[in-house]
Amino acid sequence: MFKPLPHSTDASVPVVVNGAAVSVPAGSTAAAAMLLGGAGHTRSSALSGEPRAPYCMMGACFECLMEIDGEANQQGCMVIVREGMRIDRQMGKREVRE
Amino acid sequence: MANVDYDAIIIGGGLVGTAVAYGLARRGKKPVVLDEGDIAYRASRGNFGLVWVQSKGFGVPEYQRWTRRSSADWAAFSAELQKETGIYSGHERSGGVTICLSDDELERRATRMAQLQREAGDFGFEYEMLDHAALKKLITAIGPDVVGASHTKYDGHANPLYTLRALHAALLKHGGTYVPHARVEAIQAARNHFTITVGDVTYEAPRLVLGAGLGNNALGKLVGLNVPVQPSRGQIIVTERVAPVLPMPTLMIRQTVEGTLMIGESREEAGFDDTTSPEILHTLAERAAKTFPFLRHTCIVRTWAALRVMAPDGLPIYEQSAQYPGAFVCTCHSGVTLAAAHALHYAGYVIDGAIPPELARFSTKRFDHVQAVTSQH
Ligand SMILES: Cc1cc2nc3c(=O)[nH]c(=O)nc-3n(C[C@H](O)[C@H](O)[C@H](O)COP(=O)(O)OP(=O)(O)OC[C@H]3O[C@@H](n4cnc5c(N)ncnc54)[C@H](O)[C@@H]3O)c2cc1C
Ligand code: FES
Repeated sequence: MFKPLPHSTDASVPVVVNGAAVSVPAGSTAAAAMLLGGAGHTRSSALSGEPRAPYCMMGACFECLMEIDGEANQQGCMVIVREGMRIDRQMGKREVRE
Repeated sequence: MANVDYDAIIIGGGLVGTAVAYGLARRGKKPVVLDEGDIAYRASRGNFGLVWVQSKGFGVPEYQRWTRRSSADWAAFSAELQKETGIYSGHERSGGVTICLSDDELERRATRMAQLQREAGDFGFEYEMLDHAALKKLITAIGPDVVGASHTKYDGHANPLYTLRALHAALLKHGGTYVPHARVEAIQAARNHFTITVGDVTYEAPRLVLGAGLGNNALGKLVGLNVPVQPSRGQIIVTERVAPVLPMPTLMIRQTVEGTLMIGESREEAGFDDTTSPEILHTLAERAAKTFPFLRHTCIVRTWAALRVMAPDGLPIYEQSAQYPGAFVCTCHSGVTLAAAHALHYAGYVIDGAIPPELARFSTKRFDHVQAVTSQH
């Protein structure tokens, strides 16, 4: 469903989106990587459980929450991909840890 | 435009003004709410959301009683709003705790609670002082630095924004009128007859209620009411949503139904400056993390400050103008907690044209006394 714009860079970065290896243009955000990886929804609502996906892509709406390298509730649109980054859906509320 | 006649004009569309207006409308009266724009200081949009009893009324049992009455009414009030509008206020009367981080704090807290109980007399005041182990059974998330807490069953919390939205919707449903962007600057006052013109519309009514928060100070002067409210700044930290960890609110930290943790309860004199300051936020965060260590791994998503509406003695101000009977003021620093009392009871006093004796302690006469005393020195 999502394609990188034609002028985006040729350099690509390998990441792992929902367990599958994908390559995304260097400089992409984790949210973009998840969308390019064909994830469809990228989280489920903490309240209703409804599927949700990134909306503003600029840090305002918190619709893009995802788990990045095991850290829950990260704003995917504000994080630039690194080689080998693991990006997973945020399903519901995160559990707290001591 | 032609005059429109109402039963009451309410100035201010925050939690206080709207609660009174809804209270009038649900009794079949025709209120109109005149509300300034978003530029106004609006505590109702920036507060912490506690429906709180256990720190109210040291030395003033009338305040403890009035607060308790509102807290007891809140469940029915919330159910009524939900039935009328479909909007859930988020209210829960889960009980609440004030957490202490040192033996000294706990001892002072115990003294205060004993005082409330003593002063409550026949009315009673049930509370428990909990040590670390007992509190841990109620709230497992407390950290090792927590020494204990006071607990009462009267406390709870609500979502102030849903509450305000529900009040507005219920007001309209009962035939009330809400006029935004309507800053009142002049009032033509006579006994039980008030005329206010905003833009090209004139409103007339036999009753006037000042429910304009910090705006009441200036408005009061127009109708012979002394309302010396001043801003008191509070700062709030809001975290990401997490799975339920807090089964009840504490005075400083609560978890909303959505999972967000809110951290608040700072108090500063900062005039009309409603910006946050790193020092206060740091102090709040530090105390919060000591209380609940899991917060050290919980992300903060936003912070804000808002201005409380404070009388010099921190008590509500309820008065009818002697000069212009029919003009009332209703203002307080705990507008969430007292929303039920304002809607279900205060509105009735406005209709009756008299504030009952049990609320005499909240009259503006107490400020005459303060002036008299200071002028003797
Ligand atoms: C940080 C903080 C935390 C708080 N925590 C709690 C809590 O946990 N529990 C609790 O019970 N309370 C709490 N409060 C207090 C509570 O928010 C206030 O008591 C309550 O919101 C006051 O409501 P209000 O309607 O009087 O004032 P406001 O919300 O300030 O509303 C006043 C309204 O009057 C209007 N207005 C002003 N002047 C004029 C004018 N000249 N003409 C027309 N309209 C005018 C404004 O537009 C505004 O909408 C807190 C407050 C703060 C700041
Ligand atoms: S998509 Fe809106 S904050 Fe990330």
